Amino acid sequence: MSHPYLEITGLKKNYGLKPVLRGVDLAVERGQRVALLGANGAGKTTLLRVLAGLTEPDAGKVCIGGLDITRDGLQARRLIGFVSHQPYLYDDLTVVENLHFFGRMYAVKQRKERASILLERVGLAKRASERASSLSRGQSQRLALARALLHAPRLLLLDEPDTGLDEDGITLLETLLNEHARDGGAVLFTTHQLEHAMQWSDRIGLLNGGRMAYQRETREVEAGSVRQAYQEALR
Amino acid sequence: MMFLDQALAILWKDIRCELRSKQTWMGMGMFALLVLVIFNFAFDLRVDNKAAIAPGALWVAFVFASLLGLGRTIASEREKGLMDRLMLCPVDRKAIFLAKLLGNLLFIGVVEVVALPVFAALFDVPLFGALLPIVLLGTLGVATIGTLFSAMAAATQARELLLPILVFPLIVPVVISAVRATSDLMVSAPNQPPWLGLMTAFDVIFLSVSMLTFEFVIKE
Repeated sequence: MSHPYLEITGLKKNYGLKPVLRGVDLAVERGQRVALLGANGAGKTTLLRVLAGLTEPDAGKVCIGGLDITRDGLQARRLIGFVSHQPYLYDDLTVVENLHFFGRMYAVKQRKERASILLERVGLAKRASERASSLSRGQSQRLALARALLHAPRLLLLDEPDTGLDEDGITLLETLLNEHARDGGAVLFTTHQLEHAMQWSDRIGLLNGGRMAYQRETREVEAGSVRQAYQEALR
Repeated sequence: MMFLDQALAILWKDIRCELRSKQTWMGMGMFALLVLVIFNFAFDLRVDNKAAIAPGALWVAFVFASLLGLGRTIASEREKGLMDRLMLCPVDRKAIFLAKLLGNLLFIGVVEVVALPVFAALFDVPLFGALLPIVLLGTLGVATIGTLFSAMAAATQARELLLPILVFPLIVPVVISAVRATSDLMVSAPNQPPWLGLMTAFDVIFLSVSMLTFEFVIKE
């Protein structure tokens, strides 16, 4: 029996005395895209930060590709591509230098060729030699997407990746997520856009008060029922 | 090999960003020169008291200028959320520390190269070749402790206030050794402790402790 690529069991995280995650269970298979909805403060970003190894969990277990992120953090991080709602780029480096730098950090072979291909892919090839600070919000987010894909990760974690993207950017993001899943990669993303969650995912989860309140296969649900669950969670 | 390549990549990135923004070097350099000029006018320098005043002035300038730069080392990256990006990479935290330390040594070194001739001219003291190991060892001690605590202070809101409070007490042994060793170069005194040996010992201790603890300092 094959294990899910990402397996979260009983995950708990407190900030001080405040519990943010209260026992989250979630699994993402290879080739699957999972959308995570939730109100502000529901714990979505904290969950992704724990999965990415930026914050240690207080209890529970996270396995990525069979690696326990607490025990094998260094190896597990190689498998993850992370996109945040903020691009977080080095403003004083050029667009291509940003990719070359992260290429070196991930020991990407032929990183210059890979960077060129990805810049072409996200529509920033012509701006490769410009400073990252000169990019617009949406272009910065495109560059952040290229950076996340640079080392060909098997798991994509995206925290509201649609923030700041124009219509073309949204289409590009959807295409990239679909391609990644088609190539056998796993995707977990958060969004506040119900439409995006419905269109881009194979499964939808709703995080409420630090717990998974709702999980369904996307093809089995109607937007109305998800919206209703979402509205109830907001109350 | 991967460890070294990642450390060098971070160092390359820091140098390139600094060369373009010129925020740290310029501030540190100007500050060091100003301190030397002010001390030169503030003290009544005579041949008999030069050896007592000049080394102190030199090291005060170096230490204060260093703190200006050290404060920016990790704070600027943390303010922009870039430290998280770096932490997401499969990089040994010791490589991050090594890169930041080398960057700080380089930044402080450049300031020292500019400040030393000015110091020699203002205080009318010759520049000895023997000053080089003293400056190297002293700077290594200050930069090592400064790099570790800049990571700690960067996580707080009062980082500008906290960094000197944390760093100054710990670098006292190195600074005293550096000042006394510099003073010995000007006027040789009998029965002095082996200042260079003491600085080396402090540097080794600081470096080992910092390397081992940096991972826990930058963890959320």
